[in-house]
Amino acid sequence: MVNPGHGRGPDSGTAAGGSNSDPFPANLRVLVVDDDPTCLMILERMLMTCLYRVTKCNRAEIALSLLRKNKNGFDIVISDVHMPDMDGFKLLEHVGLEMDLPVIMMSADDSKSVVLKGVTHGAVDYLIKPVRIEALKNIWQHVVRKKRNEWNVSEHSGGSIEDTGGDRDRQQQHREDADNNSSSVNEGNGRSSRKRKEEEVDDQGDDKEDSSSLKKPRVVWSVELHQQFVAAVNQLGVDKAVPKKILEMMNVPGLTRENVASHLQKYRIYLRRLGGVSQHQGIMNHSFMTGQDQSFGPLSSLNGFDLQSLAVTGQLPPQSLAQLQAAGLGRPTLAKPGMSVSPLVDQRSIFNFENPKIRFGDGHGQTMNNGNLLHGVPTGSHMRVRPGQNVQSSGMMLPVADQLPRGGPSMLPSLGQQPILSSSVSRRSDLTGALAVRNSIPETNSRVLPTTHSVFNNFPADLPRSSFPLASAPGISVPVSVSYQEEVNSSDAKGGSSAATAGFGNPSYDIFNDFPQHQQHNKNISNKLNDWDLRNMGLVFSSNQDAATATATAAFSTSEAYSSSSTQRKRRETDATVVGEHGQNLQSPSRNLYHLNHVFMDGGSVRVKSERVAETVTCPPANTLFHEQYNQEDLMSAFLKQEGIPSVDNEFEFDGYSIDNIQV
Amino acid sequence: MQREVALIKQSLFDQGYLDEQFMELEELQDDANPNFVEEVSALYFKDSARLINNIDQALERGTFDFNRLDSYMHQFKGSSTSIGASKVKAECTTFREYCRAGNAEGCLRTFQQLKKEHSTLRKKLEHYFQLARQAGPKETARRPK
Repeated sequence: MVNPGHGRGPDSGTAAGGSNSDPFPANLRVLVVDDDPTCLMILERMLMTCLYRVTKCNRAEIALSLLRKNKNGFDIVISDVHMPDMDGFKLLEHVGLEMDLPVIMMSADDSKSVVLKGVTHGAVDYLIKPVRIEALKNIWQHVVRKKRNEWNVSEHSGGSIEDTGGDRDRQQQHREDADNNSSSVNEGNGRSSRKRKEEEVDDQGDDKEDSSSLKKPRVVWSVELHQQFVAAVNQLGVDKAVPKKILEMMNVPGLTRENVASHLQKYRIYLRRLGGVSQHQGIMNHSFMTGQDQSFGPLSSLNGFDLQSLAVTGQLPPQSLAQLQAAGLGRPTLAKPGMSVSPLVDQRSIFNFENPKIRFGDGHGQTMNNGNLLHGVPTGSHMRVRPGQNVQSSGMMLPVADQLPRGGPSMLPSLGQQPILSSSVSRRSDLTGALAVRNSIPETNSRVLPTTHSVFNNFPADLPRSSFPLASAPGISVPVSVSYQEEVNSSDAKGGSSAATAGFGNPSYDIFNDFPQHQQHNKNISNKLNDWDLRNMGLVFSSNQDAATATATAAFSTSEAYSSSSTQRKRRETDATVVGEHGQNLQSPSRNLYHLNHVFMDGGSVRVKSERVAETVTCPPANTLFHEQYNQEDLMSAFLKQEGIPSVDNEFEFDGYSIDNIQV
Repeated sequence: MQREVALIKQSLFDQGYLDEQFMELEELQDDANPNFVEEVSALYFKDSARLINNIDQALERGTFDFNRLDSYMHQFKGSSTSIGASKVKAECTTFREYCRAGNAEGCLRTFQQLKKEHSTLRKKLEHYFQLARQAGPKETARRPK
């Protein structure tokens, strides 16, 4: 049987005598999310009976922040579909993008449309309530499957599909064996979602050993790598980009076609979501691209954000605000040229770029990943929407900006902008502004951002997932340069906003958070905004009553994150704090974007320092998420922001998945 | 005593107040968690009381926001299903149907019925758990399927 220790360090001592005399499934770390306390208690009991390690959570935002904080802390997530603070599907998306964990949906609703929705959103299974324990006994199969796939992808470049097929068959078998509830639904859902992954991945030829496959390290899509990826995709054209060509263009040693393929898959999903937003962002991106320096200015106009407004909202710390404004105005205030943000940040910026795009959709920076700020403007505009919410994202972006200059991934041609970014400082301000803007952007932004965030998150250490969002940020097709801004923005946004925006949803955050390394790294690194950002963000969320605020706070946090990246810490913190406050608001589901705005408004008052945030965080998950995100996401958010989330107002409106507008 | 408890439980099933899900819950009970079912029950009634309150208020407002009512009822149904409260669950389903049909009067009527069932179940379960505890938790906790 499969090895115990799903690659996690099998401490399945208890498993030895496990109920199934097979140690493997035991100690699976499950996160259960359901607003119904009765169900939650029952599920917990059942899962514990299966010898799993259960963490229960009654709010999606909290769940997201938990996941972001502990990137590798869970193996699988089970979530209810109908939750008051966030739609289960949105949570599903975020988790998929940011953490790439298998997610099982459950509901008392067994209508085909809902089940199908689960499939299309990538759930690995769908359980009908009342859930029977038999259905839960087999959930470990999803974890194994996923690990195998990942392993295969990274291991085999151009492997055959045998494994996939094999996996699929196995999966099917499992499904059949599974409880009626799960299997019936699973058949359709799991298989299809799995199929998607497998087919795309086109990995493995060999039947890897379960244990080994489980332990296979995942390819980390750092910001830089992701930027390279995005650049390659953009060059080829999103629709025409094939893994093989992308791989060739990227020319990264050790990267396999499978890696690219799976990443591309994710990226496409991300882009699709940004779809609507992309339009706006696209515009933004261009503006950025053309004149990085100016990008801020023009962008701002494009997006309509006003960094100023953002600044006003108070979300952006004065410093950041100034910077942002400078950036927005096209004068790179870049106080901090070297946002020491780690290279990852750069990548993040790329992502941010995407985020921003998203945000653009809202116009307010809903989606704007924080990055908007970076652009200085575009994202910012989005940000405005939710002062509180976006702020975070902006925060994120800033850092990214800084990073960009440094590493300016090759992708960012317009790196010219990057300098701006690098100034990080300026970026940050942008970001904050962006964030603010983003916040202003109604939920959509926040939502959008999430995607980007997730992208960013990935950078830091392994942006497997996140890296992709950036690129995908619909408008992000713009060459790297643009992305920076976007990223920066987005990253900012991500950091804070990501958390804020969606409350959870901000994928952008995830990216940053995803990398535990980053997080730590961020924390450790003075530059890394993440530490405090996340904290702020996280805190913010918890306290806020509405997700929106949380988002906002998150946004701030992110921006905070950026700025804090070493020098900017202060700034960021304020941002973060602000975000924190807002973040709370952000908590509100999907539409957190609105809340973001709140955050901004408070801007000044929002300075929710991380410390504070923690306490208040009602939606903690979201908040915490941000902090983490900043570190990593800074780049991304910044980047995303640049992407021009701005115009994407509409995007955010929709249910969180709003990244449709973003055109890639 | 235990026999009496078992009989009571059996009658609850026979009368349709509880369904198989309740049995599932009992299966989860063991020495390490001897009062699991009672705890879950208590939690359910506490939470559902809150929901009932919300719905009451919503209905009193007279505006009949069917979407919101439906959403409340979805939650209610979910928890009732999880605990195996079949009569309550049936009322929830009926209520939702009236919501979807936009039938305000039907909703009101059904809700009254639902509250009645809910309260009846609560009393019966409380009585049952009380006896069970007196009779000795272990024996009553497990019920062969």
